[in-house]
Amino acid sequence: MPDIDIATPLAPASAKTMLHGLRGFFLPHRIAMALIALAALAAMIAYMDWSWLPAYLPRLWSGLGMTMIMLVASVGIGFLFALPLGLAQVAGPWPLRWMSLGFCTVVRGTPLLLQMWLFYFGLGSLFAQFPEIRESWAWPYLRQAWPYGLIALTVSFAAYEGEVMRGAFAGVPAGELEAARAFGMSRGKTFRRVWFPRALHRALPTLAGEIILQLKSTPLVATITVTDLYAVITRVRQSTFLTYEPLLFLVAVYLCLSGALTIFLRWMENRIPSGG
Amino acid sequence: MAEFGDCADGDQMDDQAAIHVEDLHKRFGSMEVLKGVSLTARPGDVVAVIGGSGSGKSTMLRCINLLETPTSGRISIQGEAYDLRTTRSGDLEIADRQQVQRIRAHLGMVFQSFNLWPHRTVLGNVTEVPVHVLGVSREEADARAKAVLERVGLGDKLDAWPAQLSGGQQQRAAIARVLAVEPLAMLFDEPTSALDPELVGEVLSVIRALAEEKRTMILVTHEMAFARDVATHVVYLKDGRIEEQGPPEQIFGAPSSPHLQQFISSVT
Ligand SMILES: Nc1ncnc2c1ncn2[C@@H]1O[C@H](COP(=O)(O)OP(=O)(O)OP(=O)(O)O)[C@@H](O)[C@H]1O
Ligand SMILES: [Mg+2]
Repeated sequence: MPDIDIATPLAPASAKTMLHGLRGFFLPHRIAMALIALAALAAMIAYMDWSWLPAYLPRLWSGLGMTMIMLVASVGIGFLFALPLGLAQVAGPWPLRWMSLGFCTVVRGTPLLLQMWLFYFGLGSLFAQFPEIRESWAWPYLRQAWPYGLIALTVSFAAYEGEVMRGAFAGVPAGELEAARAFGMSRGKTFRRVWFPRALHRALPTLAGEIILQLKSTPLVATITVTDLYAVITRVRQSTFLTYEPLLFLVAVYLCLSGALTIFLRWMENRIPSGG
Repeated sequence: MAEFGDCADGDQMDDQAAIHVEDLHKRFGSMEVLKGVSLTARPGDVVAVIGGSGSGKSTMLRCINLLETPTSGRISIQGEAYDLRTTRSGDLEIADRQQVQRIRAHLGMVFQSFNLWPHRTVLGNVTEVPVHVLGVSREEADARAKAVLERVGLGDKLDAWPAQLSGGQQQRAAIARVLAVEPLAMLFDEPTSALDPELVGEVLSVIRALAEEKRTMILVTHEMAFARDVATHVVYLKDGRIEEQGPPEQIFGAPSSPHLQQFISSVT
C-alpha cells in the first residue's frame, strides 16, 4: 500500500523507521554470527561440566554483589571527586589547578594494581599502629580488605574522569555560557543549569567507555583478598580442578554486565540529540 | 518583576533613557577599541549601529550588559547606573554583582550564533530564565513561552531540540527567549550574519514586527536596507568612535562624513 505511506506521513513513518531499524539490524553477517554464537553456547552446555554451578551459586551471587558494589561505589564517589578535579583545571586558581593536574597525572601514570597494594599494605598497616583508629567505630571496616580496594578504585576513577571532565568543561562552547551570563544567571546557576549538564552530556560517550574499563579493573581487588566474583571463580577452579568452565562463566557474566551498561549509557546519551 | 528607575540616582542623567551610555572607553591590553562612545536609547527607540569590521560594534553592545567591563565610562539602564568601581590598575570592575545580574535579566541579548542551550528543548530554552532567574511559576512561564513562540512562528516546535532546527528557526527561538523575560530593551548583535541568505528574511520580519510595536532595541547589523527601514536612529561607528549619527534618512540619504559615504557605498 505505497500510496498510504505517502498520504499519512507521520505515524506510519515512525513505525516504518522502526521496522527499518530492525531490518537494518538483521544483516546476513549478523545472523551468521548470532547462529555461530548460539551453536557455541549449545555445545558448551552439552559437552562441558557445569555440575559445580548449583553448589556455588550463593557464593557466586555474593561475589557478583561485591563486584557491583565496587563498580557502582567507585564510579559514583569517584565521579563526585572528578568534578572538582576537572573544574579546578579549567577554571581554578593556579594552586588548585596544579594540584589537581598533579594528582591526575600521578594516579594515571602508575599501575592501579600498585596503588591498590600501597593502600592495602601501606595504609592498612599504618592505621593499625594508631590505637585511636583501632578503637574507633571505623576499625571494623578498616580491618577488612574491601575499603582499601574501594579507595584505590575510587582514586583511579576520579583521576581518569577528572581528566575527562576537564576536557568536557573546556569544550562547552563559550557562547552558551555567555548566553547564561547575559540573562542574569549567577555563576552557580550558570554552572548548575548550563555548564555542568552540557559538560556531562559531552562526556557521556567517554564516560561510558571508562565505566566499562572500570568494571574490568574490579578483579584487581581479588589480589588484596576481597571476595569479588573473580575471587569466587578462582576458588571454584582450585577446588573443582576445572580450567575452562569457570572462566567461560566469568566471561559470560562480564559480557552481560558490560552489555547492559553499554545499552543503558547509550540510552542516556540519546535522550538529548546534540548539535555539538 | 523588579522596577528600574525608582532607585535611580538619575542625577544629571536623562531620566527618559532606557539605555544611556556616557563616554565609554574599552581597552583590550594596549588596544583601545572604544574611544569615548556616548549613546542614548529612549523607550521605543530602535537604534541601529553600523560600521566596518573591528570598529567596536560588538564590544559596545557587550558593554551595555557588562559582558565586557568598560575601561571607563558610565552606563545606566532605565536610570539606574551600574555600580562599578576602579581597580588599583585604573580599570573598572563590577562592584555589585547582584545588581548587574538583576539588570541583565531584563536586557535580552540576541547573539550572532544564537547560543541556544542545546540540552533543553525550545520550550525549555524559553522558560529557563523566567523560571530559574526571575522566579516566575512554571505554569505562567509555560504559558508565556507558548505565546512568544507562537509570535515568532515556532508554535509547533515547542518540544523540538535546538539541533533539530534550521538557523533561522534557532534565531527566532533565541528572540522568543528574550521576549519571555519581557525585556526593558533588546540587544541584537548581527542577528542574521550567521544565516544562510534564504533564512535571513524570516528573522528580519520578526525583528521588524518587534520594532513596529515600539520595543526598545539596539541593533548591530550589516543589513543596511533593513536598518534604514526600521531604525529610528542610526549610529555609525568608526575606529571606536561615533563618527556620525542621526535619523536613517540623513545617515543613508545624506551622509556627511566621507568614511560613512564610502562605507555605505561599499556595502550597498
Ligand atoms: N576579548 C577580546 N580580546 C581582545 N581583543 C578583542 C576582544 N574582543 C574584541 N577585540 C578586538 O576589538 C576590536 C573590535 O571588535 P568588535 O568585535 O567590537 O568589532 P565589530 O565592530 O563587532 O566587528 P565585526 O563587524 O567584525 O563583528 C577588534 O579588533 C577585535 O579584535
Ligand atoms: Mg561584531
